[in-house]
Amino acid sequence: MKKLINDPADVVVEALLGIEAAHPDLQVDHHNKIIYRADGPKKDKVGIISGGGSGHEPLHGGFVGLGMLDAACAGEVFTSPVPDQMLAATKLVDGGAGVLHVVKNYTGDVMNFEMAAELAAAETGARVVSVVTDDDVAVQDSTWTAGRRGVGVTVLLEKIAGAAAEQGRTLDQVAEVARTVNANGRSMGVALTSCTVPSAGKPTFDLGENEMELGVGIHGEPGRKRLPLAPAKEIASLLVEPILADLPFNKGDSVLAFVNGLGGTPLIELYVLYNEVNKILGAHGIDIARSLVGSYITSLDMAGSSVTLLKVDDELLSLWDAPVKTPALRWGI
Amino acid sequence: MADNVTTAVLEEWVRTFATQVAENRDHLTELDAAIGDADHGSNMDRGMKAAVAALDETPPATAGALFTKVGMTLVSTVGGASGPLFGTFFLRMGTSFGDSDAVTPQDFATALRAGLGGVVARGKAEPGDKTMYDALAPAVDALDAALAEQSPLGAGLKAARDAAAAGRDATTPMLARKGRASYLGERSVGHQDPGATTVALLLEAATESSF
Repeated sequence: MKKLINDPADVVVEALLGIEAAHPDLQVDHHNKIIYRADGPKKDKVGIISGGGSGHEPLHGGFVGLGMLDAACAGEVFTSPVPDQMLAATKLVDGGAGVLHVVKNYTGDVMNFEMAAELAAAETGARVVSVVTDDDVAVQDSTWTAGRRGVGVTVLLEKIAGAAAEQGRTLDQVAEVARTVNANGRSMGVALTSCTVPSAGKPTFDLGENEMELGVGIHGEPGRKRLPLAPAKEIASLLVEPILADLPFNKGDSVLAFVNGLGGTPLIELYVLYNEVNKILGAHGIDIARSLVGSYITSLDMAGSSVTLLKVDDELLSLWDAPVKTPALRWGI
Repeated sequence: MADNVTTAVLEEWVRTFATQVAENRDHLTELDAAIGDADHGSNMDRGMKAAVAALDETPPATAGALFTKVGMTLVSTVGGASGPLFGTFFLRMGTSFGDSDAVTPQDFATALRAGLGGVVARGKAEPGDKTMYDALAPAVDALDAALAEQSPLGAGLKAARDAAAAGRDATTPMLARKGRASYLGERSVGHQDPGATTVALLLEAATESSF
């Protein structure tokens, strides 16, 4: 293992110290491993928190700030945070209008957030609504599994729901927007290499020099199938076609196209992939209204990419375009 | 009339379980690496060490206080799915004991069943999903059956231990339908479930304690 770290046991703690030092707009509760807005809580604004295992940066801590999240809870690498953290974050951001929990659909995350919401209701009476993201079309038998995983849509949802909350909408309205985003977004990923969890010290799975894993999750979970490595144009088709068929996306639809890097793939390759995605969508008569290209929800050092398509209307577009000021997304300010 | 179970014996059980988890930490993590995310052993070890530390700090007076403390500590320190599941298991046991300071063998069996109920409520697992349930449910049934036949608690726990071990072994050919292992589909077949393995250790620890 070759990593730019001190001690594997200190990775999460030291990264939080770095985030705090680099971003004066943010504060860190080191005991509870929470990144939160220095200017919060805002009175009568719905608070939005998220959280999850570490190793997906900039998700979620990099999305804390004006127009997006109010707080993010960091778990151990690839391990959900515990209810105490979400409970503390809920208290930190509650300005009296209630708190939205954005939860990715993983067994551990869902259970820990569930317990946190129960504790928050019992201890503070704070109103909490949870929205679970489950956009990964690679999980096919969702009836017989823990269900589809929450992946790329989470980033888009946090931005769009964050804008809705910033406008002063109610908790139910913000949650409704969040559910609309999840319902209209679909994703699929591919890994070219495994990732290496610092505490494990070796790759999570073996992938041959000429192999790729299609439909991979963001923790090195296996995907739909293992295939010989292919050119970007074929990979684009393997990712985009199942997404289009699933929602389905139809001719004339407008989408936000999000090409995401999983941590170990350079931006130049993501643009090569975006070019192919653009061509495929064009051939289907689907209009790309907005795009996002970069590494926003990652799997440590995994090489690979995911594509997320979100069907948008004017309402979602205006929320997407609204000002945002976070370490990882920043525009309109 | 069977003897009551003392809080000291229950605490001995928890501490023995913590030792078992520590000794099997790497084994549990390896089992998890095959079908999960390679952290079950280290997460449970971290949680049980914290639970033991909490007991050292404030020795609980009653069975209810003991299991509530262990459950809360696991929920706060383990994370992942194991934290809420094992935490809820112990919390429900604690609630079942309540403030009582006279725990009969039947009270113990009732608490164990309440713990199982908590696991089902939290994890929504069904028989055969390849989870901790598949070791825990047979163990609870075996203890109830033994007590119904007037067996002493010690003998009942041995039956429960054997049932948990058999349940653990039975998870190997199962297709995972819950948790991260479920994403593997057919590829989960042939691997023993880590959560069921930990449950077998829990019952093993009970037979090594002075019940």
